[in-house]
Amino acid sequence: MSEKPPRVGLFVTCLVDLFRPTVGFAAAKLLEDAGCTVEVPRTQTCCGQPAYNSGDRGDARSIAARTVEAFEGYDYVVAPSGSCAAMLREHYPALFTDDPGMAAKAAKLAGRTYELVSFLTDVRGVTGVEARFPGSVTYHDSCSGLRELGIKHQPRALLATVDGLTLAEHADAEVCCGFGGTFCVKYPDISNTMVSEKADAVESTGADTLLAGDLGCLLNMAGKLKRRGAKTSIRHVAEVLAGMTEQPAIGESAEG
Amino acid sequence: MESSARAFKENARAAVADPQLKRALSHVKEGFIGKRAKAAAKLPEFEVLRDAARDIKNHTLDHLDLYLEHYERKVTETGGQVHWCPTAEDARRAVLEICRAVGARTVTKGKSMIAEEIALNDHLEANGITPVETDLGEYIIQLRGETPSHIIAPAVHLTKDLVEADFRAHHTAFPPERPLSEPRQLVNEAREVLRGKYLAADVGITGANFLVAETGTSVIVTNEGNGDLTQVLPRVHIVVASLEKVVPTLEDVSTILRVLARSATGQECSTYTTFSTGPRRAEDPDGPDQYHVVLLDNGRSSMLGGEFQDMLRCIRCGACMNHCPVYHAIGGHAYGWVYPGPMGAVLTPNLIGIEEAGHLPSASTFCGRCESVCPMRIPLPKMMRHWREREFERHLSPAGARAGLALWAFFAKRPSLYHFVTGMAAPLLAALGRGRFRRLPLAGGWTAHRDMPAPEGRTFRQLWAGRRQGESR
Ligand code: SF4
Repeated sequence: MSEKPPRVGLFVTCLVDLFRPTVGFAAAKLLEDAGCTVEVPRTQTCCGQPAYNSGDRGDARSIAARTVEAFEGYDYVVAPSGSCAAMLREHYPALFTDDPGMAAKAAKLAGRTYELVSFLTDVRGVTGVEARFPGSVTYHDSCSGLRELGIKHQPRALLATVDGLTLAEHADAEVCCGFGGTFCVKYPDISNTMVSEKADAVESTGADTLLAGDLGCLLNMAGKLKRRGAKTSIRHVAEVLAGMTEQPAIGESAEG
Repeated sequence: MESSARAFKENARAAVADPQLKRALSHVKEGFIGKRAKAAAKLPEFEVLRDAARDIKNHTLDHLDLYLEHYERKVTETGGQVHWCPTAEDARRAVLEICRAVGARTVTKGKSMIAEEIALNDHLEANGITPVETDLGEYIIQLRGETPSHIIAPAVHLTKDLVEADFRAHHTAFPPERPLSEPRQLVNEAREVLRGKYLAADVGITGANFLVAETGTSVIVTNEGNGDLTQVLPRVHIVVASLEKVVPTLEDVSTILRVLARSATGQECSTYTTFSTGPRRAEDPDGPDQYHVVLLDNGRSSMLGGEFQDMLRCIRCGACMNHCPVYHAIGGHAYGWVYPGPMGAVLTPNLIGIEEAGHLPSASTFCGRCESVCPMRIPLPKMMRHWREREFERHLSPAGARAGLALWAFFAKRPSLYHFVTGMAAPLLAALGRGRFRRLPLAGGWTAHRDMPAPEGRTFRQLWAGRRQGESR
C-alpha cells in the first residue's frame, strides 16, 4: 500500500488497562499488522459507562468530554470492546444535545470510532490472521457489540483462519451473560442466574476455551466458570487472533 | 392493583430459588422465541411493517386529542357510550355504575390488562358482583387468587401439574378419577365449566387491542374465542381500554395486526380477531343491548410530549418480556405490579411513580434484546436510562452506590491521579491474587457467586510506556 498508514488512537478501556494488558498489546499488534500506526493517548481513562448507565449524566458528560479531547486528530479510534466502542459511537453525541460545539466534536469522534475486530474486517479489509491456537473454542456475542454495532460474523470469520482452531457454538450465544456493569453487583441473584445459564451452555459444548470481545463479560463468565471448577479457559478474542496466548488465561495463574 | 415493586430484590431472590417457577419459565424461552423468529423471517416485509406500525402510532400520539374526539363521536353515533376516566378509581366507578344500572349479579370477562390495572375484580366482588374470567389462563389464576405474570400468557408461571391439582380441587362436580394430565383435557374441562357462565352473565367485560377512530370500533384478538362469547351473549358489553389504544383507521389496524401476532406468539394472525361497533342494531342476529367504553387515562396523557411518549406506542405483544433474560430468570410476579418485563420497567414508574418502582428500570443489563424485537421499535433501554437519570437527579438511588460512583468518577476525571492509583493497585492485586480471588473486600456482590479474576500484573499503561517511546501526548 502506498497510501500513508492511518493513525489509530487505541482506546485501551479501563478494564483492559487494569486487568488484562495483554489484550491491549494484542490489539496494537493486530492494528499494526493491518497497516496502521498505533498511538495510546495518555489522558484516557474510562469511557464513562458506569456513570452514564447509573443515571449520572453530569459525570458521564465530563468524562466523555475528556475522551473526545484525548482522541482529537486521529484518523480512527479503536477499542477492544464492543460496549466501550458503542458508548463512544452511539451515546456520546446524545450527551451533548444542549452544547452544539461539543455535540459536533462528539459526532466527529463517533464517526471515526470502531470496535477492534469489526474495524479490522470492515474498515481494513482483513480477511485472515497469522496465528495458531490448537483446540476448540466457543464464542459469546457480547450485547452491545452484537446489537448496537452488528458484530457477529466478523470475529468468526477471522477465527476461522486461525491454524488448529475449531469453533463449537454454544446455545444462546447471543443471550446476555448477566454482567451489565453495576447490574451484577446491584442484583447479584439475577446476575448469578444469568451467568450460571451461560456457563451451562458453554460447558456443554466441551470447548477448551471461551472467547468474547468484551473484558467485562469475560471477567464475569470467567469468575463463574472458575468458581465452579470448570476446565474451560477464558480469553479475549484479540489474544487468540494476535497469537498472544502465552500469558495464563483470565482468572488463572502461572502456577495453575 | 397493590404494588410490591419496592420489594423487587426480595421478590427476585425468592423467584430464582423456586424450582417449580424455573421449570415453568423455561417454556417462555422454548415457546415464544423460535416461533417469533420464524414468523418474522417468513415475511419479507416484516421490518418495513415495523416501521409503518411505529409511524402510525407516532402520528396518532401527536394528534391524540383529535383522534379520541373523533372516536367518541363515532361510538356515540353507533349507539354506544364513552366514559372518560382520568383515574383508576373513576374507571372502577364507571363500570360498577353500569353493572348496577342493569342489576347485574355476574359478569364474564375477557382478558384485559386494564382491568388488572384498575383492580376491577376486587372492586366488583366487594360490591356483590361476581366476575368470571373466561380466558383459560386468567381463569386458572382467578381460581388460585393470583395475578397475571405475563401480559399475554397470564398463567405462564404455572406448570401443568399445578393446574391439574387446582381443577381437581375446585371442579368437584366432575368424577374424581377422570384423566386430566393432558392440556387438551384441561381446556375441555374449563370450557365445560365456563359454558353455563356465559349464558348466565348480565354483563360482559373485555379489553381492546385497538380502538378505531374512523368507525368507533373496538378490536380484540384472542386464540380461544372466549372474548367473542363474553361480548356477544350478555345484554351489556363494557370495553375497558386505555386511551393510547386508539388508531385512525381500519387500514391502520390491519397494518399493526400483521406485526402483533407474529411478535407475540409467532402466529401469522391470532385465531379470532373481532371488531365490535356499537350495540345490536335491529337487523343484527345477536349482540348486546348496550355498548360502553370505559376509557382510562391513569397518567398516560402526562407522558405525551415527554421523554416517555414512545412507550405509548406499545401494543402489548409481550415480545420484550419473552426475550428478556431478566424476565426468564425471575418471572413476572417479581416485578411487583401489573406490567412485568422491559415494557413494565418503563411504563410502571410512569403509572405508580419512580419512588415505588425504582428497581424496575435499574434491574436491566441494557442487553438490548427487547428493543431488537419490539414490533413498535420502542427504545426500551434508553427510556430505562431516563428513569435512572431522574432517580439520580432526585437522589433516590442508594447512598452507598452514589458514594462509590462519585469516588470512581473523581478519579476517572483526573487521568494522572487515576493512572497513579491503578498503577499501584494492579500489581498489588496481582501479587495477592494467584489468578483470582474467592473473596475480596467491598466486592461481596460479585464474589458471593463467582471468583474475581486478578489483574495480570502491571497496567497496560505502565507496560506500554516501558516498551514504546514517542507517544503524541
Ligand atoms: S414494548 Fe414492544 S415488545 Fe414489549 S409489549 Fe410493547 S410492543 Fe410488545
